[in-house]
Amino acid sequence: MGVYSRYARRYARLVTMPTTAPTAARALADVTASDSTLRRFLHGLPGVDAVGLEARAASLGTRSIKTTAKAYAIDLAISMVDLTTLEGADTPGKVRALGAKAVHPDPTDRSTPATAAVCVYPDMVAVAKEAVAGSDVKVASVATAFPAGRAPIAVKLADVREAVAAGADEIDMVIDRGAFLAGKYLKVYDEITAVKEACGTSARLKVIFETGELSTYDNIRRASWLGMLAGADFIKTSTGKVAVNATPANTLLMLEAVRDFRAQTGVQVGVKPAGGIRTSKDAIKFLVLVNETVGEDWLDNHWFRFGASSLLNDLLMQRQKLATGRYSGPDYVTVD
Amino acid sequence: MSDMTRLTVFKTYKLYVGGKFPRSESGRVYEVIDSKGNWLANAPLSSRKDARDAVVAARKAFGGWAGNTAYLRGQILYRVAEMLEGRREQFVREVADAEGLSKSKASAQVDAAIDRWVWYAGWTDKISQVVGGGNPVAGPFFNLSTPEPTGVVAVLAPQESSFLGLVSVIAPVIATGNTAVVIASEKSPLPALSLGEVLATSDLPGGVVNILSGRTAEIATPLAAHQDVNAIDLTGADEVLAKELEIAAADNLKRLLRPQPVDNPVNWAADPGTHRLTAFLETKTVWHPTGSLGASGSSY
Amino acid sequence: MASAFEYAPAPESRAVVDIAPSYGLFIDGEFAEAADGKVFKTVSPSTEEVLSEVAQAGEADVDRAVKAARKAFDKWSALPGAERAKYLFRIARIIQERSRELAVLETLDNGKPIKETRDVDLPLVAAHFFYYAGWADKLDHAGYGPNPRPLGVAGQVIPWNFPLLMLAWKIAPALATGNTVVLKPAETTPLSALFFADICRQAGLPKGVVNILPGYGDTGAAVVAHPDVNKVAFTGSTAVGKEIARTIAGTRKKLTLELGGKGANIVFDDAPIDQAVEGIVNGIFFNQGQVCCAGSRLLVQESIQDELLDSLKRRLSTLRLGDPLDKNTDIGAINSAEQLARITALADQGEAEGAERWSPPCELPSSGYWFAPTLFTGVTQAHTIARDEIFGPVLSVLTFRTPEEAVAKANNTPYGLSAGIWTEKGSRILAVANKLRAGVVWSNTFNKFDPTSPFGGYKESGFGREGGRHGLEAYLDV
Repeated sequence: MGVYSRYARRYARLVTMPTTAPTAARALADVTASDSTLRRFLHGLPGVDAVGLEARAASLGTRSIKTTAKAYAIDLAISMVDLTTLEGADTPGKVRALGAKAVHPDPTDRSTPATAAVCVYPDMVAVAKEAVAGSDVKVASVATAFPAGRAPIAVKLADVREAVAAGADEIDMVIDRGAFLAGKYLKVYDEITAVKEACGTSARLKVIFETGELSTYDNIRRASWLGMLAGADFIKTSTGKVAVNATPANTLLMLEAVRDFRAQTGVQVGVKPAGGIRTSKDAIKFLVLVNETVGEDWLDNHWFRFGASSLLNDLLMQRQKLATGRYSGPDYVTVD
Repeated sequence: MSDMTRLTVFKTYKLYVGGKFPRSESGRVYEVIDSKGNWLANAPLSSRKDARDAVVAARKAFGGWAGNTAYLRGQILYRVAEMLEGRREQFVREVADAEGLSKSKASAQVDAAIDRWVWYAGWTDKISQVVGGGNPVAGPFFNLSTPEPTGVVAVLAPQESSFLGLVSVIAPVIATGNTAVVIASEKSPLPALSLGEVLATSDLPGGVVNILSGRTAEIATPLAAHQDVNAIDLTGADEVLAKELEIAAADNLKRLLRPQPVDNPVNWAADPGTHRLTAFLETKTVWHPTGSLGASGSSY
Repeated sequence: MASAFEYAPAPESRAVVDIAPSYGLFIDGEFAEAADGKVFKTVSPSTEEVLSEVAQAGEADVDRAVKAARKAFDKWSALPGAERAKYLFRIARIIQERSRELAVLETLDNGKPIKETRDVDLPLVAAHFFYYAGWADKLDHAGYGPNPRPLGVAGQVIPWNFPLLMLAWKIAPALATGNTVVLKPAETTPLSALFFADICRQAGLPKGVVNILPGYGDTGAAVVAHPDVNKVAFTGSTAVGKEIARTIAGTRKKLTLELGGKGANIVFDDAPIDQAVEGIVNGIFFNQGQVCCAGSRLLVQESIQDELLDSLKRRLSTLRLGDPLDKNTDIGAINSAEQLARITALADQGEAEGAERWSPPCELPSSGYWFAPTLFTGVTQAHTIARDEIFGPVLSVLTFRTPEEAVAKANNTPYGLSAGIWTEKGSRILAVANKLRAGVVWSNTFNKFDPTSPFGGYKESGFGREGGRHGLEAYLDV
């Protein structure tokens, strides 16, 4: 109750705060003072009613985005794609092709925006960096013993440092879900802050929760706050390596979290749904979620990304359809 | 002096309101006579103010009575039957006098009335299962309908069946948690007033049943118009009065139980069924989200 | 990416519905003019465009329709239940087939968003017929004793807020139980009922089983008062409901009334806030608040008032008001000029009595009947806007300190139709639900409906239940 009302009071006070607020760490320093204060804070966050959350996400999914709005949304979505390859079979050739595609997604139409980034394993960062050189496309590297995260902290940090040293602009870390589910929130927090430190000033940090393993929406809300308190630049749903990845509902919930976090601390954090988003229709539904939950401030690839691979080709085919009026086919987009 | 018969002690018949036995606040009484025209007693001639006081008592008792467990209500109704059994002879005499029945016919009426309390005592904790239940809505919700008592019910007891009829209209009203303001049979109020004495010693909280005697139309009119009465059982009204009362009752949309048509009178000895229970029940339906166990979407 | 994400217009096509320039009364399986030749116009509330001219039933027409229904009753009630069921199943299926057409029609005539007619009204209409179809041959097992009998001719008067859904709630159980029907739709929304007449024709329903009589209040009064009507069912205002109860006093007509409400939506400090905000919005802005069970009184625990109101205001700012046919419209038009005037007057009174009025920035179309979503804070139980049913998109916000106070305030009304409870504490939901004197209680949700779920009020919100097994009772002689 005490923690909750403190949350409530802060919330009420801070919604009108200017965005030049102190950092999250300073504003909520008392929250992370100990395992028990952190636990009380996270468990004092308002609960999530699953049926209501899913109903809201489904309702926004019925928005009808047509003509000019659709064209806008498709280009926006392309610009937000973290074009990803995370396979054991990845080779420099594969990564170079991916980089080329990220820079010029549709070689037949140079007005097509570039994607936001390519996303690769740490050992491919240097190749990727070279492939996108001279463009605005960023290189993101998964790290911290992705996807399971089951490695000693020293290994995880070394993984991050290597990727950063190789030129990664962004680090996609995984949290220790085991520690989270065991209630060891401070351990998760400390690990994120250590990774954040390893990122230095050059790399932005995306924190992956693997929402499918956290299982409940209450856990996803708590993880979102935990990640943001620890300094995440982005919070990200999933690795793409488990059964349930990004869904409209878990992404809506994380959008609510970044909205409330900014209201409380003045710090804006990005959101990245990843895994399972394959069609333009799906992507547009996510953009509607962004538009109607957090608004314009997040409608930019600095604050919202799609972690995806096959999505890009569908976006390109839809883009061609809008431009020509006829349906495109897989032979008219590149296979990489 | 040994051959001289003992002078009996007459009973002063009083109203039963809020667990107490007041005289009518008006100070008025009327003569009650038997079927042969012999004087039996003076009964209180209730006024509209007595009706008002009875409604206040019934409202005050409602929350507690409705909030009791159905099991407890059942035990109390059964206790009424136990108490009546012990005073059976008194009621046989009163019913015989009131209705001009032979002793054996009056006995049958009283026995049936006692058994009726037992019947309704058993209903208190069963009616919810019979008329309520879960509803299989097409969505992730647990949806449950349960009956709840309507509130304060004005009951116009039947004019002819002074005791079996009376019990048959009171017991179902209170079995489900309502409280009652009862207008006794106008010409035969004495069994009803005596029933008050039984109820007072049956663990029934004061105010759950309130019994008024007097002119049915005079008492019923303010009750039908009373904004704090939720329902009215018009059994004891004739067609003309019933229509007037029904019009007055529309002002706050009281639930109505209309009198049987004159050509098809109630057989009080018959199986009463459940309709007198359900007439004064509201159905409350509550929706609760259920949904999946977790964000991964599986319900199992 | 310079421009914002503006949704382009996404209008549902009007071409799927063909509205004739005029419609007759539907009596004994035929469309006919009114005996006195009277007609009235029905308009689209969002544009004031005249949609059609409709015959207006008078007393002679009511008499003719009741006679037709009486004549049809013997055969219809004698049909094996399984055969009646199949007619209703046919109707349910035809409604599903024609649901897009009917959704567009309803949106045109009523003014509500296509999103709602498409996703709520029409699916529920079809489901209601499908549900009661299944009861027709199972009445012996419904808990009303063996071989329960129908009442006869049912006179039914329905409102304009859910025209076709209210028709379904009335006609489906009536027909399933073997009654025949004379139904009067509301004067501002007669069209979907007349299209339903055509569905009866397509389903091959015997003549006279369903009769549709468009008209005003006097037509409804004539239906209610007709001596050969055995059952009266009304959904509408409490004032008219009371008048009907007086009219039928002294008759043997069975009556069910589904009337007004002033539902309390209670938000505790441990509520799932984001879902509560959605529930509040759905509770009062669904169908422009023109819903008898609307959560028109928000009772919020004082300790979270500021936080909740901030969230609520932010959310209201995202509501999209405009063309009801646009698939992205959240808030459509008010149904009529008369209703708009009533909402306006009550909102003005709220302001005059000192409550603080707020609406999000919201541009109202220049023609048609529109009212911006409105929120009043600083409201007490003494304010008119906390007591009277507004039947519009106007929310009155009150506060409470303890669960006892919340329940006391929620019950402090002559109405008793609906209520909402928002808390993550399960035992509190059950305890509060137990104490609320309301026929429908939504916990951690609001404005959910289902044909299997009984719906109806306590106190002056009416009596009788529609939906579920309970809904059969209104049409059976039990």
